Amino acid sequence: MTGLSDTIAAIATGMNQGGIGVIRVSGDQAVAAVDSIFVPKKKGKEVRNLDSYTAAYGNVMNPTDNSIIDEVIVLVMKAPSTYTKEDVVEIDCHGGMQVMKEILHVLTNLNNIYLDKNNNCNVDDVINNTDGEIDNSIDNIISNNNNELDNLNLRVRLARPGEFTERAFLNGRIDLSQAESVMDLISAKSEIAAKTALSQLKGSLRDKIIDIRKNLIHNIAFIESALDDPEHYSLDGFQDKLSVILNEKKQEISHLIETADNGKMMKEGIQTVILGKPNAGKSSILNVLAGKDRAIVTDVAGTTRDTLEEFISINGIPLNIIDTAGIHDTEDVVEKIGVDRSISAANQADLILYIIDSSVPLDDNDIQIMERIKDRQVIILSNKSDLKNVIKEEDVRKYLDHRIIEISAKEQSGFEELYEELNHLFFEGRLSYNDEIYITNARHKQALENALSSIEMALGSIEDGMPEDFYTIDLMSAYEQLGFIIGESVEDDLVDTIFREFCMGK
Amino acid sequence: MNNLEETYDAIVVGAGHAGCEAALAMARMGIETIIFTVSMDSVAMMPCNPNIGGSSKGHLVREIDALGGEMGKNIDKTYIQSKMLNRSKGPAVHSLRAQADKVEYTKQMRMTMQNTDHLTLRQAEVAELLLESQTMHYNDNDTKLTADKIESIDTTNNKIESIDTANNKIKDNSLNIENNNYSITNEESSVFNNKKIVRGVRTKSGATYYAKAVILCTGVYLNARCIYGDVVNHTGPNGLSAATFLSGSLVDNGIPVRRFKTGTPARIDKRSIDFSKMEEQFGDEEITPFSFTNKACDIAREQISCWLTYTNETTHDIIRANIDRSPLFSGAIEGTGPRYCPSIEDKVMKFADKNRHQVFIEPEGEFTNEMYIGGMSSSLPEDVQYAMYRSVLGLENAKIVRNAYAIEYDCISALMLKHTLEFKDVEGLYSAGQMNGSSGYEEAGAQGLMAGINAARKLQGKEEVVLDRSQGYIGVLIDDLVTKETKEPYRMMTSRAEYRLLLRQDNADLRLTDIGHDIGLIPDDRYERFCGKRELINSEVKRLSETMVGGNKRIQDFLESKSSTPLKTAVSLADLIRRPELDYESVAIIDTERNEVIESDLYRNNISKEVIDQINIEIKYDGYIKRQTSQVEHFKKLEGRRIPDNIDYDDVKNLRKEARQKLNDIRPENIGQASRISGVSPADISVLLIYLNN
Repeated sequence: MTGLSDTIAAIATGMNQGGIGVIRVSGDQAVAAVDSIFVPKKKGKEVRNLDSYTAAYGNVMNPTDNSIIDEVIVLVMKAPSTYTKEDVVEIDCHGGMQVMKEILHVLTNLNNIYLDKNNNCNVDDVINNTDGEIDNSIDNIISNNNNELDNLNLRVRLARPGEFTERAFLNGRIDLSQAESVMDLISAKSEIAAKTALSQLKGSLRDKIIDIRKNLIHNIAFIESALDDPEHYSLDGFQDKLSVILNEKKQEISHLIETADNGKMMKEGIQTVILGKPNAGKSSILNVLAGKDRAIVTDVAGTTRDTLEEFISINGIPLNIIDTAGIHDTEDVVEKIGVDRSISAANQADLILYIIDSSVPLDDNDIQIMERIKDRQVIILSNKSDLKNVIKEEDVRKYLDHRIIEISAKEQSGFEELYEELNHLFFEGRLSYNDEIYITNARHKQALENALSSIEMALGSIEDGMPEDFYTIDLMSAYEQLGFIIGESVEDDLVDTIFREFCMGK
Repeated sequence: MNNLEETYDAIVVGAGHAGCEAALAMARMGIETIIFTVSMDSVAMMPCNPNIGGSSKGHLVREIDALGGEMGKNIDKTYIQSKMLNRSKGPAVHSLRAQADKVEYTKQMRMTMQNTDHLTLRQAEVAELLLESQTMHYNDNDTKLTADKIESIDTTNNKIESIDTANNKIKDNSLNIENNNYSITNEESSVFNNKKIVRGVRTKSGATYYAKAVILCTGVYLNARCIYGDVVNHTGPNGLSAATFLSGSLVDNGIPVRRFKTGTPARIDKRSIDFSKMEEQFGDEEITPFSFTNKACDIAREQISCWLTYTNETTHDIIRANIDRSPLFSGAIEGTGPRYCPSIEDKVMKFADKNRHQVFIEPEGEFTNEMYIGGMSSSLPEDVQYAMYRSVLGLENAKIVRNAYAIEYDCISALMLKHTLEFKDVEGLYSAGQMNGSSGYEEAGAQGLMAGINAARKLQGKEEVVLDRSQGYIGVLIDDLVTKETKEPYRMMTSRAEYRLLLRQDNADLRLTDIGHDIGLIPDDRYERFCGKRELINSEVKRLSETMVGGNKRIQDFLESKSSTPLKTAVSLADLIRRPELDYESVAIIDTERNEVIESDLYRNNISKEVIDQINIEIKYDGYIKRQTSQVEHFKKLEGRRIPDNIDYDDVKNLRKEARQKLNDIRPENIGQASRISGVSPADISVLLIYLNN
């Protein structure tokens, strides 16, 4: 899908600042799409009524349940005097990251949302005047339907890396002499995106998606074999079986969407590593942060054998926290793997929470760790403040000149201070993360949602008694969408599966 | 020795299904055409299965017919059984298939060819292709060297003997030949864009035929070898002589060939078959003609049955016990065979869990006792074939008339071709059919027709005719062949057509008759009749969508009588037809406006059934059709962005290496094609678009 004429959207500001963020939408449907989710404070200031280069103040609504997502300012810029030379609408929101995500999500799923709404509302119920002069109401039905139908056709997709610039160029906004640098930008950004997608997608999710795809293509191939060679394969009774399978897949994909929502699909957020020697209380602190018993905690040093991850949001700042096995010299092979992982996780982290056990003196392990991380963004947590403190601040400062916060995981004290420090670092821009990961996650989620809606369409067609060759098209598109996530295109997969799994021909 | 020399406008090499369509199309378009065949008895021969059509292939035949080709008409004349497959499935996969009387099929096609003006049929083996170097560009000082100034290029020694240019700069320089780019190792010059031009062909007897267009439709005859067990015959199918010289000439001219393989089952004497043990397979009671020109009643005939039986474990045991004697498993056959048409030994070995396979016994014609044993093609030795066939229920006493065999042949990679089926590097040279790595009579016919049309248009100085993937299966077929690397003989399948809901066999005429008429292959009287049909469908669909009915008693009673939900609000007649339990015919009772004019229009042309089918399909599947239509619009935009012929992908720095290589190999004609190439990512397409804009 190249989609030169699609309407595209993306978060235009970087993800490293809090406060105001801008979502930019460009293309033919930019005005209509934003119009469908924006309710102005003043009547008449609907997006569709705005002149070029004027703004309106109001709320962005989620059309699914008509809830308010955020108070925003919408700025409309009409073609051709815009960056892309297309209609551009910008949404200035101030609710932070989560809000921007939600708005972008709603924008890029309008057609699915309206399709659902459309399916759930029956025209017959809306206009329920069965007696008398029915014919008079026809015009009403038609005009009412048109609005909904217009929304059904709203298609906004997430922009590809560098796509706004690409459009600006293709539409003649950017000087031809800059072609080279535009191409550089696009290929570099795509490269990063592709790498991010592959490296950050968690292995188990990848396997899950491969599984679902395999199952889909097998069933499509069976149907196609039967359509191609009807004297050989029969589809009698297959629809019922397929319904069951598709309902299962629907569940699985819905589950994956939740996973994406929780940031668990990709290592989204500020990569935060909790470091400290064994039994310093790393897991207990993670548990407090995550608000539940997540890691196994015992008094035996070295209980956390592997890295554990937890995605949490503190005051709207997304953290992907990695708990690590305590770093110390170990001969235990299993634990050795854990330690190696801790070190490599720490090397890739945006933020390190370094835990010292204030109830015992600093030892070689502590010093080793501190030397490894002294040039990194670190917050030192002096744990076990409920016990007698035997470590002096200057002992630590000798090795590591960072803010020290006294904390007690046991009594859950000192955490407010930690949160404030986080806020501080984040809003000063000293703490940021790779927003490519977030964008990739959003892309994955959109792909999952498209796959889900394709499967729902197929299920709908089965219910309506439509012939097989109609809904295999939807199943194929679900297969394609899922492929985007793991970087696989469709190619000749179907024909190959038909030949591999089914015995065809004369 | 004085050898014969003749000049035509166009030459077709091979009179199989591709060659016949190509030659007929050109001759009918007024091009003086000669077509060569190794035997006058093998014109449009069906050396394998005795039928035309079937899943997706039936679509191709319908499309050939709508464009003014011959295949549909010929099978309508010579069918002995006709069946619409998949009737219970969606309209997009309904497929028409007819059993042919093979001898009659050949005879009728030959007669049509012999009675077509501007067409000469000639029995002779073409041994040599005559090409000439065209204008060459000499890069350094932009001097153009014309072909006739080059005395001779000795390709064997990679030398240019002498080039008589104005400034006489190049003499006796050595050449490096790579991918038809001749680079001269001379400090003053760089690359020749070596485009050649076709001049004609020479036959084995030495006669020379000149023409500006040559279409290669050599089927499975180039260096053909027929094999079963350890018997190898250097012949084409049915013992016809193979063409043993042309491959070499192609290679000498810089056109590499590759080796493909296919196979056919044995033919068995009808009198030795016990049909009482088999299931009889009848044709449709009401037949559907392939050609728009025929009415069902005009070509009605008594149909001949086919029969169904099965292999069993004994059959499979025999095969397994002798598998080491198969030339396929021993490695004696090197060619790549198709996966969709496996030999029985392939099926048994690959799908070991299946305890039986279907076997279709099909008559080869009305006046022969030979029966085709569909499903059991093989290259096992003769004695194993006997044992194997005789283990099948009903074939216990079978007498083989012709052995099953595998056949290997030379063909080209169609990546060398443009969408017009003309070679990218040889002006006027076209290729169609199995030569391009496809398989099947219908696939061949479709390509032959398009190659013929395009060769004729080019000679007439007219615009090329290329069908895209949204216009027909023919478009899908050719696009797949010329842009995708096929590793086995390519067969059409409905699943290859992404817009198949639009590309139905029932609307092939609606999709393509305009084009056929524009080209000049559809006569005016037929076109008028077609326009009448189209107008009737369109106006009826419009009227039904606009005619509203309310929930009055008459309507509600009608709905109740059809077990259909009563109305709560007014709807259009089209909305009612969309309900599964209703259709155009059943709502006639409440359709007060469907007056006599429409009725008489419908039946006057005796195309009522097709019209009614069309109305039902267009209304019932409207939502799906609209969805595909909008996908097609998107597709068309990309297809519309042309890539210049002379683009140098090495110049486009930001393309990834894999993409650059693929683009260089395939050289797509537009952005749409480029985006379908595997290994070319959306980012590569972006980069390409920006480069093209620059």
